[in-house]
Amino acid sequence: MIKRTANLEISFSDEQAMILDSAKDFCRDKSDITTVRSLLKSETGYKNDVWAEMIALGWTGLALPEQYGGSGMGVGATIPLVESMGRHLLCTPFITSTIASQAILRGGTEDQKSRWLPSIVEGAIAAMAMLDNEDWGATEIRCTLTPKDGGFVLEGKKLQVNDAAKADLFLVLASSNGAPTLVLVEATALPQGAISNNTLVDETKRASNVDFSGVTVKADAILAKGFEALHDVRLIGALLTATEATGTAAAALDTLVGYLTTRKQFGRLIGSYQALKHPTVDILLQMDSARTLIYHAATLINDASLNKDTEIACRMAKAQATDALLFAGDRSVQFHGGMGFTYDCDAMLYIRRAQWAQHQYGDAQHHRKLLAPLLLD
Amino acid sequence: MKENSQLAGQQSIESAELSDFRRGIIDWIKHNTPADPGFLLPQTFMEVGSEQVLDFLREWQHKVWSAGYLGMAWPKQYGGGGMPRLFQQIADEEMKRARVPICFNVIGLGWAGPLIIDTGTDFEKEAYLKGILSAEDIWCQGFSEPNHGSDLGSIQTRAERDGDEYVINGSKIWTTLGNYAKYMILLARTDAQAERRYNGLSFFLAPMGANGISTSPIQKLTGEYGFTETFFTDARIPASCIMGEEGHGWRIAMHTLQYERGAEAGAAGGVSILSIVMNDLLKMAQEVERDGQPLLQDPITRDNLVKFLIEEQALYLGERRVGIPALCRDYPNSLALSGKLRGTEFFRRMRQYALTLQGTPGALYVGDDQAVDGGFWQRAYLNNFSTTIGGGTSQVQANIVGEHVLGLPKD
Ligand SMILES: Cc1cc2nc3c(=O)[nH]c(=O)nc-3n(C[C@H](O)[C@H](O)[C@H](O)COP(=O)(O)OP(=O)(O)OC[C@H]3O[C@@H](n4cnc5c(N)ncnc54)[C@H](O)[C@@H]3O)c2cc1C
Ligand SMILES: Cc1cc2nc3c(=O)[nH]c(=O)nc-3n(C[C@H](O)[C@H](O)[C@H](O)COP(=O)(O)OP(=O)(O)OC[C@H]3O[C@@H](n4cnc5c(N)ncnc54)[C@H](O)[C@@H]3O)c2cc1C
Repeated sequence: MIKRTANLEISFSDEQAMILDSAKDFCRDKSDITTVRSLLKSETGYKNDVWAEMIALGWTGLALPEQYGGSGMGVGATIPLVESMGRHLLCTPFITSTIASQAILRGGTEDQKSRWLPSIVEGAIAAMAMLDNEDWGATEIRCTLTPKDGGFVLEGKKLQVNDAAKADLFLVLASSNGAPTLVLVEATALPQGAISNNTLVDETKRASNVDFSGVTVKADAILAKGFEALHDVRLIGALLTATEATGTAAAALDTLVGYLTTRKQFGRLIGSYQALKHPTVDILLQMDSARTLIYHAATLINDASLNKDTEIACRMAKAQATDALLFAGDRSVQFHGGMGFTYDCDAMLYIRRAQWAQHQYGDAQHHRKLLAPLLLD
Repeated sequence: MKENSQLAGQQSIESAELSDFRRGIIDWIKHNTPADPGFLLPQTFMEVGSEQVLDFLREWQHKVWSAGYLGMAWPKQYGGGGMPRLFQQIADEEMKRARVPICFNVIGLGWAGPLIIDTGTDFEKEAYLKGILSAEDIWCQGFSEPNHGSDLGSIQTRAERDGDEYVINGSKIWTTLGNYAKYMILLARTDAQAERRYNGLSFFLAPMGANGISTSPIQKLTGEYGFTETFFTDARIPASCIMGEEGHGWRIAMHTLQYERGAEAGAAGGVSILSIVMNDLLKMAQEVERDGQPLLQDPITRDNLVKFLIEEQALYLGERRVGIPALCRDYPNSLALSGKLRGTEFFRRMRQYALTLQGTPGALYVGDDQAVDGGFWQRAYLNNFSTTIGGGTSQVQANIVGEHVLGLPKD
């Protein structure tokens, strides 16, 4: 018998409101569209001084407990930041590092936490190295961790590791005797040529394949509760990607509305044609739904292991947000006419981001498939 | 919309007083919900099609009001409860949950009433509010005309001043409860020469009993009755029936539509439309089989249901989010202005899918003993168009959102 009572909590603290305000201003000032475009072909995709300023503002510590140098506000507090970053296509290792630091926080020993979290607060870049498969839903982990000489050795290549080229630390998902394990690997331990950069459809983003084969680690590099952390971190990754995508959907909408209210054809502003007006309203509604679900997830999430309601919220947010952005990007190109087909039109940036974002931490169908047993059985 | 949101802010700290109140109404519902009358009850206030149904609903609404569970936030001196709105919201939640019959006098309770409270004279409040709550005075709305529906600003029904009366000529259509109503909120043209056509309109609280007003029932898509065409032939109403000033009718009508579309709070409360939610659909889906297998195990069905569940969750959460201004700074009026469009279209698609899921029994209708749940879903799907058409069609709502939220140019 189905007895589903939906959790409808949604709230926003004054602190979050303040973060939102400063994040909006910061991202707008630091990441106008000319700057974004100037970074498309750059090596890292971001400006070091902007990243340094974000660290100085304490953003890298926002989600981490005070004992590790953070401000103890939890990962939900980063939602307004990440949404603003998505809105202005401001790319830094912030999201990558936030996700990885949550893995350490949730799965690490006290030693591992005190070793790594304070340095992440200070700007060390940590990246999750999870995919070795084309599929976020795959249960098989190809990368292995096996005992060797009193320590362990890794074997296998990881795909599309975000910000890998600049990372100081990797959290590598490996199979140890068939059990999923998260292993801490410092970038300095990688052999020459281990990192090969991907060419991503989204030129604002950076990712690489990383070959961990032959890298040896000691027992203290294995996260104590890696399995539990993995469950949480997959959902947090999905939520942060959803949040960034929602910001980008809002940007696509703004750009589109700007065009619809200035371009004239047949003597009329094209925004007056319902063939364009109504789908544009649909973008707004889809984007608003995504926002609602994200704020709901941000309300539920805390430092404890994610419960069922939170899991439902994160998966719903991801399914809704990346589909909303796919739709916004797609229509935004189309409604720009010939302009939309050009590299110069900003719709290009959004439609490409949409393709990238849907494949981070599982696409909409992946999440709906995992929602089904939670909601229907 | 605003109403639910207030709830959102306060619900997490539901005080002992509120919990007691909630227990009280649950108990009251248990002891006072009428038994199945043996005839089909309406799913919405727009399907009151017989005297029998009317009497039943009138008695029910009177009972809810007498018990103090209707108009709780309306002023005490006019029959209300003078309490914070939150109490009414809790009462409504529980009545909805228990699927009690509807409080059918919606045009009074939900639109005319709040309008009179917010902008009416003391005389109007004294004259009309209590009768709305007690269900003694049924209200209807005379806006749409045969030739002017969405284009409400062009309506042609005339109201000409003659001494201390207005003389009304013309016809209105789709008048919900028209044949039972004692009063009508009437939009009519007092000045055919006005430079802007909107400036020629005036708003009346018109007595339906006046000579020269007649109604003729119209059968609906579902086969039931519930609205009328309403004819005015030299119908004379007292000049004092005008609300506000001559020529201000358009503004008042737009204000009324804000209540109707849920963009502004103030309704007396009560359930006006039977709520049919995803849980109901899931319950039905659980019992349906295909080739010996529960349909709920079919992966495509599951994916479709999850899509609907995500949409429903976003809809309900949105009703709470709208009360937290900090979460609505971008396009601040977006959620409030899109609520009707979003909600009514969701329910339309969801109900349509319910019929698809039924398989071959989906082809049956009310009256066939093989119909799933007595044809409840068939009727619910067809009835849902009252919400996607009435009160401003979905297409018109989309124009409003596009123009007033996104700032797109008019057609
Ligand atoms: C790859 C490519 C190659 C091309 N090659 C050539 C070529 O070789 N030679 C050449 O002459 N042209 C060429 N074109 C131009 C093409 O024909 C125009 O882009 C197209 O006709 C649209 O005009 P536009 O770009 O000015 O868009 P607009 O007319 O400004 O349209 C913008 C948006 O408004 C919509 N819109 C416009 N009017 C209406 C309306 N009345 N009702 C509803 N919606 C409306 C459009 O559908 C579009 O979504 C090419 C275009 C592309 C993309
Ligand atoms: C069950 C029910 C109860 C009702 N009760 C009442 C009542 O009590 N009192 C009352 O006054 N009225 C009532 N109405 C009338 C209702 O308000 C109108 O039906 C509605 O406003 C649409 O007007 P119309 O029927 O003339 O359709 P039209 O305006 O003729 O519309 C026909 C179609 O054209 C579309 N359309 C029209 N204009 C545009 C545009 N600018 N852009 C895009 N599409 C457009 C519409 O969306 C619709 O699909 C009721 C209607 C229903 C269905």
